[in-house]
This record gives sequence, structure tokens and C-alpha cells, in this order.
Amino acid sequence: MVQLQFFASIREALGVGDEQLELPEDVRTVMELRYWLQQRSANWDQALSGTNILTAINHELVQGDANITDGDEIAWFPPVTGG
Amino acid sequence: MIRVQTEDFDSGAELEKMRTGCAGKVGAIVSFIGLVRDLNQGNQISQLTLEHYPGMTEKALEKVAADAIEHWNLVDSIIIHRVGPLMLDNRIVFVAAASPHRKNAFLACEYMIDTLKTDAPFWKQEDTPVGKRWVGT
Repeated sequence: MVQLQFFASIREALGVGDEQLELPEDVRTVMELRYWLQQRSANWDQALSGTNILTAINHELVQGDANITDGDEIAWFPPVTGG
Repeated sequence: MIRVQTEDFDSGAELEKMRTGCAGKVGAIVSFIGLVRDLNQGNQISQLTLEHYPGMTEKALEKVAADAIEHWNLVDSIIIHRVGPLMLDNRIVFVAAASPHRKNAFLACEYMIDTLKTDAPFWKQEDTPVGKRWVGT
């Protein structure tokens, strides 16, 4: 199982903040997981289609080719706007 | 010291704690307070809400503070960032750097506020006359 987290405008667009997921067989990287999630519906496709979406694995920012391991916490969020 | 909290902070009390904690070792303390202002990108703001990523946000702030302490040889540093609903003029963020000399305190304080704005997962949603709007989208 992996833990998915969504924040800010992405969380709002999806209507979900977190989800537990059994990692699909052919999904190895965060980019593959993102594509897999985008197949769910037009809404998921649109919410996760932005080019500026950031991804973190276990609280560390990663690139799309980063590998996913069982037990990981994977988060997607828009560019940060704190301070 | 870093903290993420919904409640307001007392910047005077924080600076006094920092001063007494560093007694004798520090010649300068520089601090910054960020506030909710009335206009952003042409929109009139009445209120905003700050969201964060519990766990990752604290780690990101710890790294900003640790990098500043190491690079500018600070004796102490403070980062306090609020989350949740905030009104016009409310304090959002407090940053302070304590150093033997003022130059490093100024530079480290600027580094911490600039870097947390790009590296720490916080998101602002503004209430404007035409509805709620995520900043930066």
C-alpha cells in the first residue's frame, strides 16, 4: 500500500485530500502513478495535468522519474505560496 | 527553533527569549514579520487561509533554519509560520537571526524568509470580492 496526499487547489479539484492505494503492478515511478491516476476520470485528468505540479515522496521533493516503494507517502501539490 | 501554529505569536516575547538565551554571545538580532496586506495582484483581500503539509512543512523549515545557522554562523534562529484563517493586518510569519555581527544577522534573516517562500509547503487561498482564489494559480 502507498499513501497519497493532495493539497491546496489539487485537493479542492479532486474533492479528496488523501487516499490509501494498492500500487498497480505496472506502476514504478511517480510519473507513471500520476498518469495512472489521470485515467480515472476527466476530473482527475485535469486536476493532475498541470506542468507546474510538484511531487514529494516521504516529505522530500522528487522528479517524475523517482521510484515508488511500498509504504511510501506520495504527495502532489501546486507551487508553494507561503511567507 | 521552528513552529507552525494557528494562533498568533508575540514577536517581542520571542525576541526577548532569544536575547536572554544568547546572552553574551550575540551582538545583533535581525527579525522580519510578514503581514496579511489588502491587495495582491490587483485583488482586494479581506481574509486568507493558509494550508500546509503537516510533517513536510516542519522538515522544510528545519532545513531552512539549519542552512542559515551553518552558512552565517548564527547563534540562534527562529521561524514561526501561522496556518488557518487570517484576517487583514494579521501576522503570518516571523523570522529572526541572532549572530555575533549584524551583517550576518541581516543576510541570514533575508535568506530564511526568501527561502521558506520557495521551499516550504504552504498555500494561500484569498477571499476576494469575486470569491476564493488560490494564490499563484
